[in-house]
Amino acid sequence: MRNIWTIAKREYDHYFITPIAYIVAFVILLILGFLFTAVVRSATDNAVYGYGSAPDITIINWWFAFLLMFGTPALTMRLVADETKTGTIELMLTAPIRDHELVIGKWLGSFLFILTIIFASLIYPIALNRFVTPSLDWQLVLSSYLGVALVAASFLALGVGISALFSNQIAAFFLSLIVCLGLFFLVGIPANIMPPGGAADFFQYMVMDTHFSSAFNAGSIKLSDIVYFVSLIALGLFTGTVAVEARRWN
Amino acid sequence: MIQVNGLIKDYGARRALNSITFDAKQGEIVGFLGPNGAGKTTTMRILTGYMPPTDGTAIVAGYDVGDESLEVRKRVGYLPESVPLYTDMTAVEYLKFMADLRQIPNARDRAYEALEMVNLGDRANNYVGNFSKGMKQRVGLAQSLLHRPEVLILDEPTIGLDPTQVVEVRNVIREVGKDRTVLFSTHILSEAQQICDRVLIINKGTIIAEDTPENLQSRVLGAERVILKVRGDADGLDDAVKKVKGTRKVTMKGDESVEFEFSAGQDARPQVAKAVIQAGYELIEMRPIGASLEEIFLELTQDNSAGKKS
Repeated sequence: MRNIWTIAKREYDHYFITPIAYIVAFVILLILGFLFTAVVRSATDNAVYGYGSAPDITIINWWFAFLLMFGTPALTMRLVADETKTGTIELMLTAPIRDHELVIGKWLGSFLFILTIIFASLIYPIALNRFVTPSLDWQLVLSSYLGVALVAASFLALGVGISALFSNQIAAFFLSLIVCLGLFFLVGIPANIMPPGGAADFFQYMVMDTHFSSAFNAGSIKLSDIVYFVSLIALGLFTGTVAVEARRWN
Repeated sequence: MIQVNGLIKDYGARRALNSITFDAKQGEIVGFLGPNGAGKTTTMRILTGYMPPTDGTAIVAGYDVGDESLEVRKRVGYLPESVPLYTDMTAVEYLKFMADLRQIPNARDRAYEALEMVNLGDRANNYVGNFSKGMKQRVGLAQSLLHRPEVLILDEPTIGLDPTQVVEVRNVIREVGKDRTVLFSTHILSEAQQICDRVLIINKGTIIAEDTPENLQSRVLGAERVILKVRGDADGLDDAVKKVKGTRKVTMKGDESVEFEFSAGQDARPQVAKAVIQAGYELIEMRPIGASLEEIFLELTQDNSAGKKS
């Protein structure tokens, strides 16, 4: 356990000296900032004319999840690929740590970085709370942010797994991006052209957006949705561990 | 400390290690000599728990590298040939990180201690990425010593270093090797002669010789070789030398010097000197020629392929 934390801490600290991490954080927070302004603006405009509902965080957080599709591959692409490229993987594989500790540690480090961005974005619900009476629906806010965190954790785990498959960061980035896009939207496409039934249901279940938009971002925290995200995290970390172990067998 | 038995390693269809057997005791410094591609790095990677062997066993510090890899890795310090480092950290940060991974208490103090051991104490807060090759190699060496391991495995620790740095690294190896087992690989026979208690010569995945450096040299030479030079015309010099009892294989060299051999234990040099002077030549040089690494390899690999017992 300590090893996981040692690696996570190193990766977290390392993000703060890389330009990519700052760019990802900056772009996400900047766009969220614009959205926040737009949401408040349109809500106040509507309120002046007497209609419309109170603004909430879910619109902003949907976009947050969307941006994570692009941000997380950028954060995970170097995690294992770089070690393979520079040869430091030999240090890690001859150190007294287990392969899964290495992979989980890297994932945890990147997740902590995303949590830092999420923490910075909390300014929006806090500000929003001052415009809404009596107050924001905090249960919705909590559920929404939990959804964002789970989306991030899943994308990051898949990204780490993919990074372990390559020594080229760019290849890792593009494959991660395709997988994230695929999972968020595209995997549901076959369901639209299939006859209704088990197979179509499966594809529909795989679409991340349904588990986010209609679930966490709508205020409901259901076990089946949690299982979905946890399974993706497990899949990503498992792939990563197997890929790292495979390097030993050359 | 290290017992290797019938170790075999295949990379797909290519057999890199062909049933290697050797051992290294505590406090022994063992040199691993061999040309590039002989199997030195492969052997070391197996001993450090990086990769498993295809067959055979290797026991390091009492644990099997296949079944108890984690225990082996706790007790081995390893410096890979490519000296991989995290270049975005300072020297002390990097060593503290590696010390934390090994769960060493007071990791920061231990990191400073290791840096002092390799004379980099004053560069602790500089980024490793800015270090020269020699300094990076010393940081790598410090990393391998952090946890005060029982076994130290160093893959070409002195390659690419300047003469002062080479001496420093050799001193560290000697110092550390007093009570620990050190296995290191090199191309340089003289280096092996200076530091090692024993030398293993490996070629094409097989150990072709295992002995002390001195024994190896005399075993290969069998005889002592000497080169002789005179001032002026060297016509007939080889005949003059041939006449001396105990000389063998007298040959005239292109630069008008004569090379001859005499068997160990029957030093014919005084008689040769006398004979040459009496024959009217002006003797200006007589010196022994040691076997070069290439010659030892050639000799031993020829023995090896001819099936003779080496």
